[in-house]
Amino acid sequence: MTFNILSILPILVLAGFGMLVLVVDVMSARKLGEKNLLAYLSLAGIVIAAIVSRNSTATTLFSFNETFTIDNYALFFNILFLLSTGLVILISHSYIKREDINHGEYYALLMFSTIGMMLMASGADLLNIFIGLEVMSISIYILTGFKRSKLISNEASLKYFLLGAFATGFLLYGISLVYGTTGTIDLRQIASFVAGKGGVKDPLLLMGMGLIIVGLGFKVASVPFHAWVPDVYEGAPTAVTAFMSVGPKAAAFAAFMRIFLTAFGSSHYEWQKAIWILAVLTMTVGNVVAISQTNIKRMLAYSSIAHAGYLLVALVAANNMGVSGTLFYLLAYIFMNIGAFAIVIVLSQKGDVGMNIDDYAGLGFKHPMLAIAMTLFMFSMAGIPPMAGFVGKFYIFSAAIKSGYVGLAIIGVINSVISVYYYLRITVIMYMKEPVRDFHPLTISPLIVVAIAIAVVGTLHLGIFPSKVMEIAQRSILTLR
Amino acid sequence: MLNLISLVLLFPLIGTAINGLIGKKLRKETVGYIACGAIGMSFFVAILVFFGLLQLPPESRVFEKQLFNWIESGSFKAAAGLQVDPLSSLMILIITGVGFLIHIYSIGYMHHDKGYHRYFCYLNLFTFSMLLLVLGNNFLLMFIGWEAVGLCSYLLIGFWFEKKSASDAAKKAFIVNRVGDFGFALGIMLIFITFDTIDFTGVFHAASQGNIAVGSFTVTIITLLLFMGATGKSAQIPLYTWLPDAMEGPTPVSALIHAATMVTAGVYMIARCNVLFMLSPFTMTVVACIGAATALFAASIGLVQNDIKRVLAYSTVSQLGYMFLACGVGAFTAGVFHLMTHAFFKALLFLGSGSVIHALSGEQDMRKMGGLKKHIPITYRTFLVGTVAIAGIPPFAGFFSKDEILLEAFVRGNFIYWAVGALAALFTAFYMFRLLIMTFHGKSRVDHHAMEHLHESPKNMTVPLKILAVLALLGGFLGIPGASAINGFLSPVFGEHGHVETHGAEACGSHAACLPYLMMVISTGIAIAGIYLAYLMYIKSPELPKKLAERFSLIYKLLLNKYYIDEIYDALFVNPIKKISLLLWKRVDAQLIDGTVNGVAGFVRGFGSVLRLSQTGYVRNYAFYIVAGCIFIIVFVVFGK
Repeated sequence: MTFNILSILPILVLAGFGMLVLVVDVMSARKLGEKNLLAYLSLAGIVIAAIVSRNSTATTLFSFNETFTIDNYALFFNILFLLSTGLVILISHSYIKREDINHGEYYALLMFSTIGMMLMASGADLLNIFIGLEVMSISIYILTGFKRSKLISNEASLKYFLLGAFATGFLLYGISLVYGTTGTIDLRQIASFVAGKGGVKDPLLLMGMGLIIVGLGFKVASVPFHAWVPDVYEGAPTAVTAFMSVGPKAAAFAAFMRIFLTAFGSSHYEWQKAIWILAVLTMTVGNVVAISQTNIKRMLAYSSIAHAGYLLVALVAANNMGVSGTLFYLLAYIFMNIGAFAIVIVLSQKGDVGMNIDDYAGLGFKHPMLAIAMTLFMFSMAGIPPMAGFVGKFYIFSAAIKSGYVGLAIIGVINSVISVYYYLRITVIMYMKEPVRDFHPLTISPLIVVAIAIAVVGTLHLGIFPSKVMEIAQRSILTLR
Repeated sequence: MLNLISLVLLFPLIGTAINGLIGKKLRKETVGYIACGAIGMSFFVAILVFFGLLQLPPESRVFEKQLFNWIESGSFKAAAGLQVDPLSSLMILIITGVGFLIHIYSIGYMHHDKGYHRYFCYLNLFTFSMLLLVLGNNFLLMFIGWEAVGLCSYLLIGFWFEKKSASDAAKKAFIVNRVGDFGFALGIMLIFITFDTIDFTGVFHAASQGNIAVGSFTVTIITLLLFMGATGKSAQIPLYTWLPDAMEGPTPVSALIHAATMVTAGVYMIARCNVLFMLSPFTMTVVACIGAATALFAASIGLVQNDIKRVLAYSTVSQLGYMFLACGVGAFTAGVFHLMTHAFFKALLFLGSGSVIHALSGEQDMRKMGGLKKHIPITYRTFLVGTVAIAGIPPFAGFFSKDEILLEAFVRGNFIYWAVGALAALFTAFYMFRLLIMTFHGKSRVDHHAMEHLHESPKNMTVPLKILAVLALLGGFLGIPGASAINGFLSPVFGEHGHVETHGAEACGSHAACLPYLMMVISTGIAIAGIYLAYLMYIKSPELPKKLAERFSLIYKLLLNKYYIDEIYDALFVNPIKKISLLLWKRVDAQLIDGTVNGVAGFVRGFGSVLRLSQTGYVRNYAFYIVAGCIFIIVFVVFGK
């Protein structure tokens, strides 16, 4: 029995700070509206957890009876999750005040959800990954409905919960089938079982694998398990939308890659073809439907579906470049997507008014800095150099070509071209249309400015100097197989 | 001190950023101070770096600073790194030094312009790009600087873009340069294929190790492609046509970009790649021939032009020809030396002409000048120094450098190079004194309107003129035969082949040792002959030029119309391309491609709207999609073999 408290130190830190936030919130209940302390406390928790993660042991560590592992892969994702949660806290602070949902548990739920993500990236057996997924999801179900008085928010929350529970059923069923055929839920033991048989041949095991694809496909928002995404993204508070478009997606991919590369790595022929089709569907539907959106949150929702499609391309390629490219891409995606949502938050008004794409007309002249930042994020998502998104796509598509999936890479590039249309439309509207509304004096809190600045710097830095991060990503994936 | 080198680049970049981002809101004085201050500090650091380099022993005067790894893809590596050696340190001194003076001059010259901050932003950006070009330690970084100076040149030629002639000239400069840049880019690619690196050190080391045979096909192609780039940027035959038109830009820009620095980039590039060029005798011959031909050709056009800046422009083309002639015969030191002196006196001449134009409220036609000597005395005196320097009268700067080129052309090349160079020198002396006489001497032909506003330029314009005059007067002593400081300084870069050892101190015993002195006497004689001809034709018997023009009307017309080269290019290249483009646009693009694209877009949009319908908002529908997808996946995974 191995038990190493150090291995879960980041999780403990987050849990501790989450509960501290709850306690402090209750103790200072009288001073509603003035909850800056809670935000700072949560940020401190994030930073400390990040420091602890960084200082964790450099060698791979198994603990809790080998069900939990801390390796470079998990550490990379830990930093990724903490970064995204940190940025979301920065953009939430003024937003939840404006929307009158400034309750202390908001921050606590963000942190609990992050704990779930970390568990998913660190799980060494299927059950731990499942528990992580549930911890993460349940917090987000609540966060989605955080605007208690708003019908649309409640509806989104309920939809997400019902469908999420439904998809979880598939995942669990898949896990139990895998357990039934292999006799284990430990990823490495499954791997040796599969390798011993010379690949997965048992129909029941194959079915289990397929059901796991469904369960995780729901979380990464892959077509046809994506239908919840636009409705939920639109209904949720914008800051929560930003949160769930990056962190949970990254966590689901972390689990996806760990399960399929570690446990089923030796028989990737069986699952690659299914994911190939999912990737093509996801990219195409995401991009094509995004074109006809008029609400920016829905557009970003479809855009996030499309990005999941690109990431599935890397999963199909399943080579080192593809997997490290996924890590890189997720990091880039955090910067550009949270950045874009930050701008959306700044420009909307109380009650989330001003979410139409046409509301952005003339922004380039009224608020040049915001418009430049938004342009940068859009360019990055469209994959235009020298932004981070370009480099990420470059790695992913070249990984596909390396593995011989030239057709898939071509479909990806065509999709990327289609996406340019709706990303650049924002820029066109910002700079080439006369303003239809007057942006009244925006109240921009310093914290959100910090978040936008970090996102801008990150987007540009990863785009211009990608090699350093890519090196780290390449080192991080060595323990996967 | 060498470590400071990145600061040389940083200051102009900061200046660009400040004036570019918030220059509009700043006061004019502040904008000027920021721009000049940036270049001034850059110049100061360049001096420090120069002395830092001098402290090292001559053979180890190479310093590389790696800034960051930029691109790594397979075996292709490009780092952003700077290289300081005698050649680049001399170049940055010229760029920042002359650049600083021209920045100061610009404060006065551009004072009334509404695009003041834009102007200084571009000018700073240009300086940064030019510094990047000469400091980069690999071909790619050099190419980026190369393209960036091209961009700045485009922006500044078209600075007064409301004027159609200016925006046309800017476009012409950009497009003509594209032709050369295309060659340069191909050359770099071929270098990478051949040497598997684009670092200067790596390439030149491999080339000097004898891995590549002298005169081999590859190296000839590489050097010819590089030279093609040089002909574009440095305005040599056949790509020189953009430079005279580039005079549409503000005059300080002509002085900085189109005389002192950017146009010499081609010379710098060839000097930098001397190891490669020495491996290809054929390319060297091409370089020398093109250089000599350009020198003579451009000088002959300069004989009859009437626009003061155009004369200077053709003169620049011609002087650049000299530099290429020097490089082509292997006398890289002489080429770089002339580059330096030319930067001094040609910047002086351009700024002087700017002062004249400023005084005459924008008049550029020399036929409407004359007798300005007493009205703008400082401009006149400094201009005289520049004119004498370019004409090649000892001990002015131009004499030493031009004389060295002619000597080297004779010793290493052949008599024809020398003869062509000497004839061009005669032309140069003639047209420059023609310009001087028509502008400053004789009776005033200035119209009374301009006469009323006639004034000497303010101090911030005349002081740079004076400083440049001193440099044009004394700069040549750096390369005085026999005790040449510049030869010794540059010899680590060019090795043994850089210059001819002339021990002038020895007694004039043998025939060979006498040659330099004989040459000096001859070239001085040529210069004086040219000046006398100008005196004869424009002061003593002013009716003579008209008579000559009538008598040899064919030649006169040919020269006045610049050999009709622009018209020939139009007929040969521009118009056919325009016609083909029109066809491609109307038929292929507008109908075929647009039709296809719009069709596809319509289809995608329609498809999107249909798919959108599946988004019903009902959970039961969504759950159904999940189940359907699940069935599909399971069927596919389990049975899809």
